[in-house]
Amino acid sequence: MSTVVDDIHHEEHHDHKPSGITRWLFTTNHKDIGSLYLWFSLIMFFIGGAMAMVIRAELFQPGLQLVEPNFFNQMTTVHGLIMVFGAVMPAFTGLANWMIPMMIGAPDMALPRMNNWSFWILPFGFAILLSSLFLEGGGPNFGWTFYAPLSTTYSNDSTALFVFSMHILGISSIMGAINVIVTIMNMRAPGMNYMKMPLFVWTWLITAFLLIAVMPVLAGAVTMVLTDKYFGTSFFDAAGGGDPVMFQHIFWFFGHPEVYIMILPSFGIISAIIPAFTRKQLFGYASMVYATASIAILSFLVWAHHMFTTGMPVFAELFFMYCTMLIAVPTGVKVFNWVATMWRGAMTFETPMLFALAFVILFTIGGFSGLMLAITPVDFQYHDTYFVVAHFHYVLVTGAVFSIMAAAYYWLPKWTGHMYDETLAKLHFWTSLISVNVLFFPMHFAGLAGMPRRIPDYSIQFADVNQITSIGGFAFGLSQLIFLWLCIKCVRGGEKAAAKPWEGAEGLEWTVPSPAPYHTFEKPPKVE
Amino acid sequence: MAENQSYYVPASSPWPIIGAIGLGLIAWGAGNTVIDMTNNQDGYGSTVLTIGIIVMAVMLFGWFRDQINESMQGLYNDQLGNSYKQGMSWFIFSEVMFFAAFFGALFYARVIAVPWLDGASNNVMTAEVLWPEFVAQWPLTKTPGGTETQAMGWYGLPLVNTVILVVSSVTCHFAHVGLEKDNRKQLTAWLGLTIILGCIFLYLQGAEYIHAYEQLGLTLDSGIYGNTFYMLTGFHGMHVTLGTLMLIIMFLRVVKGHFTPDNHFAFQATSWYWHFVDVVWICLFVVVYIL
Repeated sequence: MSTVVDDIHHEEHHDHKPSGITRWLFTTNHKDIGSLYLWFSLIMFFIGGAMAMVIRAELFQPGLQLVEPNFFNQMTTVHGLIMVFGAVMPAFTGLANWMIPMMIGAPDMALPRMNNWSFWILPFGFAILLSSLFLEGGGPNFGWTFYAPLSTTYSNDSTALFVFSMHILGISSIMGAINVIVTIMNMRAPGMNYMKMPLFVWTWLITAFLLIAVMPVLAGAVTMVLTDKYFGTSFFDAAGGGDPVMFQHIFWFFGHPEVYIMILPSFGIISAIIPAFTRKQLFGYASMVYATASIAILSFLVWAHHMFTTGMPVFAELFFMYCTMLIAVPTGVKVFNWVATMWRGAMTFETPMLFALAFVILFTIGGFSGLMLAITPVDFQYHDTYFVVAHFHYVLVTGAVFSIMAAAYYWLPKWTGHMYDETLAKLHFWTSLISVNVLFFPMHFAGLAGMPRRIPDYSIQFADVNQITSIGGFAFGLSQLIFLWLCIKCVRGGEKAAAKPWEGAEGLEWTVPSPAPYHTFEKPPKVE
Repeated sequence: MAENQSYYVPASSPWPIIGAIGLGLIAWGAGNTVIDMTNNQDGYGSTVLTIGIIVMAVMLFGWFRDQINESMQGLYNDQLGNSYKQGMSWFIFSEVMFFAAFFGALFYARVIAVPWLDGASNNVMTAEVLWPEFVAQWPLTKTPGGTETQAMGWYGLPLVNTVILVVSSVTCHFAHVGLEKDNRKQLTAWLGLTIILGCIFLYLQGAEYIHAYEQLGLTLDSGIYGNTFYMLTGFHGMHVTLGTLMLIIMFLRVVKGHFTPDNHFAFQATSWYWHFVDVVWICLFVVVYIL
């Protein structure tokens, strides 16, 4: 007993871990900041999820039962904003903070103090956004895409708060991205050349580039909304020579790369997990890198596929249709490589692998419905229906969120030093998998039948499908409480994890003990 | 890439969280200020905004003071220097993309939105039904809604300003060369001249705005031409202001004897920023004023 205490004491002494609240406020440690990001993202996931529950409760029956339409609109808007900017993006930044320095053999992120700053901006940004919900007239109610003139002429007073909160969230993302990119370019251990980097590092390098390229464009878009609404400009007002459609062009020039920002790191995670649990090398490493880069480049050329029904010239519709379909090629390469990695592998099905497998299948479904939406004439029917909602929830929930869950299970032993509870984790997986499909799959049918999105009421023929959807929604929401419980349990204790708890796992992060010491790789490791 | 040197990891610091509080106060205060202004009411918005700006200023002062002290003690190594340089380059790239949004709006309005309002492409009926009188032109001196304004010419003040800013970029470079050759006199003189040119530019830009508002009727709300004119030149002017402040700080540091020929990242970053501001102006002068 005393030796154990001694060991712990020794380890803590060696770690120089500061204590108390200032540890978290003043920290420059990438692991602390990573944990802050991850917990923040989990909290936001539940806040955004609660809003989704309000939406699903209202849509359980036709007619208006629970909330006012204006409040319903605020829920759809803030649910989207929180899930995109508060849950998915910070989760990926948290994973990047925790894992990238360990994966490339660096002692920390390149700019540790800026790292702290970019995290601590987030709570303030979301406090401002959420506080606007409690103002007279309410918060943003124009959809997370804040199309003009909904966000200019017809929006409520609090729009300025929305605009400035978006500004500081953007500042946070840009600083986070600069940090990632500089860390990867400048802090790799000797011998860790670009084509030896784990794919999670590669995908984040490309994601960071996308972030730096498009977050400032979002800042420009919200600034124009601000001046149009409050200072009499007419960027998005035809009477002054502007054009509301121009808003959509600027927004989606940001928005389309943004959706890849939320999926490319997933590709990196899945490319780490599938080889680990098939005990094989990843099939086609180089083609994975090139495919990721191709997707990123193409993401700048497809924005107007969100705008097929705005009356663009036919040439533009065709150009954006073909470019969009081209994205299926590199994405197909990736899916093929994951499947080929599993081919004749010695597979086991621990929870990270289960989530990764679900990702491959369900993300591909979301990809296929994306292809359907890319066909211009067909999109005229699908546009602004639940088919679109089904599509982007398949890529974002069973895509991005499932990959984050997979990553959490895969690296929790490294973060906490404890194995998570496998029974609970399997329960979480299966309840999530079933409920998420009950939730989102019927939306395809509602959408094809013409049910419009973002409307609190619907015609009677959509009642059955909405009831099934809502039941799936409540079940999915409840299932996530298992995950919360599991995380807390795993942090507090559990079976001790080995330095490399997964037999087939590869990478520098598994060469350090679990939990990873407060400082790792103060001297650069040699990579052969 | 790191060769066989050991890493430098900065100690924890209170400044980032203070900066986050400052930024949060600025955002919250600015939002409420705008809302108060529109509703013609007195609120706490501007007070919060002022406090936020003060907190931010204190943070910048403190953070940079610590940073400069650490650097002067020789704690930093080449690798950290590289990180700073790369970080600054990517920051400037993000600024380029911010301006790109407004240049994009200008191109879209000029090439697509305004002609369409006059019936170009497949919009003949739109023009007939909405604003049959409207004639597409650029600069858009009469909007579909009927607001009239006059265009800003490129000769006169804008041309003078272009010359001033381009010259200031050259003088900034001479100052940098002086620093690299350890010629402090050359450094101080050219840097001082750069600051003076920056201030003249800002003064003339202000004069141009007054001229535009008072004589030309060219205002922020006079349609898409005025919108793009003021947003582009305005954001550029804010960047020149920031750049000038940075140059002044560099000047004070030079006077205090900071920087050596091999260790002057702050100066280099400021000079990059100044060249970037100059390049933006050249694009702006061509696209906004001449074409």
